[in-house]
Amino acid sequence: MAKKQLVRLKVNDREREAEVEPRLLLVHFIREVLGLTGTHVGCDTSHCGACTVVLDGKTVKSCTMFALQADGCELLTVEGLIKDGQLHPLQEGFKEEHGLQCGFCTPGMLMSSYVLLQKNKKPTEDDIRWGISGNLCRCTGYQNIVKAVQYAAAKMGQGGAK
Amino acid sequence: MQKTSPEIGGMGHSIKRKEDLRFIQGKGNYVDDIHLPDMVYGHLVRSPYAHARLKSINTDKAKQVPGVLAIITGEDLAKANLAWMPTLFFDKQMVLATGKVLFQSQEVAFVVAEDRYTAADAAELVEVEYEELPVLVDPHKATDPGSPILREDREEKSNHIFHWEVGDKAATDKAFRDAAVKANVHAVFQRCHPAPLETCGCVADFNRATGRLTIYMTSQAPHAHRTLFALVGGIPENNIRVVSPDIGGGFGNKVPIYPGYVCAVVASLTLGRPVKWIETRSENLQSTGFARDYHMTAELAADRDGKIQAMRVKTLADHGAFNAAAQPTKFPAGLFSICTGAYDYPNAFCEVDGVYTNKAPGGIAYRCSFRVTEAAYLIERAIDVLAQELKVDPVALRKKNFIRPEKFPYKSPLGWTFDSGNYEAAMNLALEKVGYQQLRKEQDEKRKKGELMGIGISSFVEIVGAGPAHTFDIAGIKMFDSAEIRVHPTGKAICRMGTKSQGQGHETTYAQIVAQELGIPAADVTVEEGDTDTAPYGLGTYASRSTPVSGAATAVAARKIRDKAKKIAAHLLECSEEDLEWEPGKFFVKGAPGKSKTIQDIAFAAYTNIPEGLEAGLEAVDYYDPPNLTFPFGTYICVVDIDKGTGEVKVRRFVAVDDCGNVINPMIVDGQIHGGLTEGLGIAFMQLIDYDESGNVQGGSFMDYLLPTAVETPHWETAKTCTPSPHHPLGAKGVGESPNVGSPAAFVNAVVDALAHLGVKHIDMPITPWKVWAILKEKGVVN
Repeated sequence: MAKKQLVRLKVNDREREAEVEPRLLLVHFIREVLGLTGTHVGCDTSHCGACTVVLDGKTVKSCTMFALQADGCELLTVEGLIKDGQLHPLQEGFKEEHGLQCGFCTPGMLMSSYVLLQKNKKPTEDDIRWGISGNLCRCTGYQNIVKAVQYAAAKMGQGGAK
Repeated sequence: MQKTSPEIGGMGHSIKRKEDLRFIQGKGNYVDDIHLPDMVYGHLVRSPYAHARLKSINTDKAKQVPGVLAIITGEDLAKANLAWMPTLFFDKQMVLATGKVLFQSQEVAFVVAEDRYTAADAAELVEVEYEELPVLVDPHKATDPGSPILREDREEKSNHIFHWEVGDKAATDKAFRDAAVKANVHAVFQRCHPAPLETCGCVADFNRATGRLTIYMTSQAPHAHRTLFALVGGIPENNIRVVSPDIGGGFGNKVPIYPGYVCAVVASLTLGRPVKWIETRSENLQSTGFARDYHMTAELAADRDGKIQAMRVKTLADHGAFNAAAQPTKFPAGLFSICTGAYDYPNAFCEVDGVYTNKAPGGIAYRCSFRVTEAAYLIERAIDVLAQELKVDPVALRKKNFIRPEKFPYKSPLGWTFDSGNYEAAMNLALEKVGYQQLRKEQDEKRKKGELMGIGISSFVEIVGAGPAHTFDIAGIKMFDSAEIRVHPTGKAICRMGTKSQGQGHETTYAQIVAQELGIPAADVTVEEGDTDTAPYGLGTYASRSTPVSGAATAVAARKIRDKAKKIAAHLLECSEEDLEWEPGKFFVKGAPGKSKTIQDIAFAAYTNIPEGLEAGLEAVDYYDPPNLTFPFGTYICVVDIDKGTGEVKVRRFVAVDDCGNVINPMIVDGQIHGGLTEGLGIAFMQLIDYDESGNVQGGSFMDYLLPTAVETPHWETAKTCTPSPHHPLGAKGVGESPNVGSPAAFVNAVVDALAHLGVKHIDMPITPWKVWAILKEKGVVN
C-alpha cells in the first residue's frame, strides 16, 4: 500500500480534507470517504455517466480520476444542488416532468444538465440530447429528461436559481 | 370506475411520483450505499477460459496481502455442501467452480478483505492452474456426436436439456400440406443482457450474537430469495431477513440468485462480520442472467386470399452452461406459446429444444413475461414475410386475420384464454396518428429516386401477470401476490406488498389504488416494499405482474377495509349498513348526503369508538390469486430512413399505441412506454452478447455492449386505447414490458420494408450499419 497523501478540496461549498491512497478513485473518495452516496458507479469504462460530478465548473466522470487529482479544486455533487432547502430548478424539473424512474442515473444526469445550462441558457432539444449523451439511462428513454431540462431552462430564464 | 378528485388522486391521475424527492437529492438508498460498522468487502476470482479443467488453486500469495481475511474456494464450499446451488429451473449451478469451469468469467474463488481495493488486489494473486478443454459455442452443434459433453455432473451424457412441445402437430402438419401459400422465416433473437444501470450486489450481515442473517440485496423477489436461502443454506427462515432497498433498475437481471450473493453470505457466516459484494459492470454483463438466445423458425400456412390457417414453430434455445432461466416450473420455454399472436387461426404447433453451451448461464426474462418478447417478435416478423409472399400490404393482412373483438375471451390454438382485446381499434389509431397512406406514397416516390425508406408495423399481444396459482409457480412457490394495508387512527395509511419496485413507481401507483378504493389521498399513503420482515409474502416484480397481481391484492385489501369501515360508519351514524352509500372518501346516508362520515372519521373511530362485537383497528391483507393472466396489446409503427453510403438506419418516427386496460397513472405509463421502446431500440440495433470460437465474451463491457444514448433515441409518440381486463378488480392489465415486447419487430420490419424491393426478407438483430451496408453492397445498391 502506497503512502497516504493529503487531499484538500471544497465540496459543495464546504472545505474537506483527508489522507488517501494515491490510487483512490475520486468516486470512491466522494462516496466512501466523504459519505456522499448520491454519486453512483454504473460501469468501469467511463461510459455510463452515473458518477458525473462538477469539478471547477466542468463535468467529470469521477470513476476516471484519482481523488488526489482533485486536490485544490471545487467540487459540486448532487447533494450540493439544493440551496437553503430550495430544490434547484433541474431537480424540480426532473420531478415535474417524470425525468427519472429507478433514480440511479439521476444524479449524473442532473450534474451534466447543470453544466449544460451554465453554458447554454436556451438549449434546443438537440443541444440537450447531446449534452446528456455521456450519461446512460436505462429507464426513461430520455424523452422526459429532455423535458425536465427544458423545464429548468425556462424557470432559470425567469430568474430562478442559477 | 368512479373518478376521484385530484386531491385524492386515485386511478387515472398523473400525480407526481412520491419516490422522486429522495432520488433527485442523491438520497436514494441503493445496496452499495449501505455501510455497516465493521463491514468488509468480497471480490470474485473468475475464469479466463470458457471450458477448462481446474488443476489447482493456490491462495498462498493472496493470503499474505495485509488486510485479506479469507479466501473461499469451491473445495471449501463443497465441505458445507454449498459448492452447487439449485437454479430457478430444475438445474443446478456452481457457486464456486470445482472440477472444471464451463464459461468465461465463471466464479472460481471469493476473496474477502478489509477494503475493496485490497480484495481486488489479492484476487489478482490467486493462482489458478487450468487445463483447457474443447469449447462448445454454437448451440446448433450441441448435440453433434463430436461435441464435448459439458455437464459431467448430470446423469444424461448429453448437452440436450429439454424438449418441449405444445399444440396439435397432426392437424398443423395437415394444414401445411393443404395450404395454398406458405411463408417461413428463420430468426435469431440474439443473446442480450438487461444491463440495469446498477449492477448486482449485496451486503450479507450475519450477527453471531443473535444468529440472525440480514441480506441487503439487489433482489426483484426478496421473499422468494429468503425462502431459497433457508432451503439451500439450512438457516431457519425466521432467522433470515432479506431487504431489497432502492434498486437501480432490474429488467429481469435481479430475479436469479447469483454466486456472489451466496459467497458473501458464507463469508459473513464465517467471519461474523458484514460482507459487501458489488459486481463491476463487466462482471454483470459477463456472468449474470442473459436473455433471449432463441434460434427460431416460424412457418405460416395461408389461403390464397391471406387467411392464415396454421403456424408451425421450431426453436433452439441456448441456455449456456447451466439452465438458470427464471421461469414458472411448468413452462420450460416460458410463455413462448403466445407466439400465435393477435391472429385467429385454428392450428398451431410449437416445439422448443434447450441445450447447453460454454456461455454464461441464464435465459432470464429481460423486461419480458417469460419469452413473450421472442414470441411476439417471431409472429410479427413471420406475418410480414407472409405479406411479402402474398404481395399484400402488411396492414391489410393483419386486419384480415385479427381476432375479432366479439370473440373474447378467445381460446388460442396453443391453449391460452385471451381475456379481452380490440386489436383493430389500436391499429387504426396508430395508422391515423402516423399518417400511413401518406407515408406509403412517400415511400413509392422515394423508391423511384433510389432513396431507402421503410415502414414497420407490429401488432403485438402480451401475456402477463402470472399466476394463476393452479398453473404457475416458481421453484414450487405459487405465483399469487399480496398487499397489506393499515389505516392509522388519523386516517393516514401504510401499505406493504410482496412485490418490489425497481423504478416502476410503486410508491405512487399503489398509493393511488388505495386512494381510489378508500378515498384516502394518495399523499397520505406510504408504500413500503422489499423488507421480508415487514411485507407480506409475495413472488416479486417481473413479468409485468405487479399491477395485475399485487395491484389487484391492494384493491381487494382496500375493499375489505371499506367493508369494515361501513360497519363503523353505520355505528357512528346510527343507521343500518344497508342505508349507507359510498363515494370516494366517505359513507353517507341514502337520501341525506349531509349525514356522512369520512374515512378519516371512521379510521379514528376504529381505534377510539369501536362498535360492540367488532375488532379494533382498520387493516386488511389480501393474497390475490388471479383467475387468469392479462393480455395487453398494441400497434407500433416505425418509420426509418437508411443512409445508403453508411448503412445507418435513422428512426424518423415511432408511434406506439398501447392498450393496457384501465390506467392508474398515465404519466407513469407513458414513462414506462418511453423506456421500453428505448430498450427495444437498443436490442434491434445495438445490443449483442456474442462469443468468439474460443468462448471469449464479445460484449463484456460498455465499450462493446452498446446501449442507446439520448442522441440515437428518437422522440416517441404515444397514444392509448382502453380495453379493460374483465377479471382484474381494477380492469388493469400491466404495461411495463409491452414496449420492449412489441417494438423489436416494428424496428426490424421497418428496415426490411425499406429493402424489400431488393428481395430482402429478413435481417437478424442487432441491425448494425455494417450489416445493412453489406446487404446494400451485395444487392448492388452501393459499390
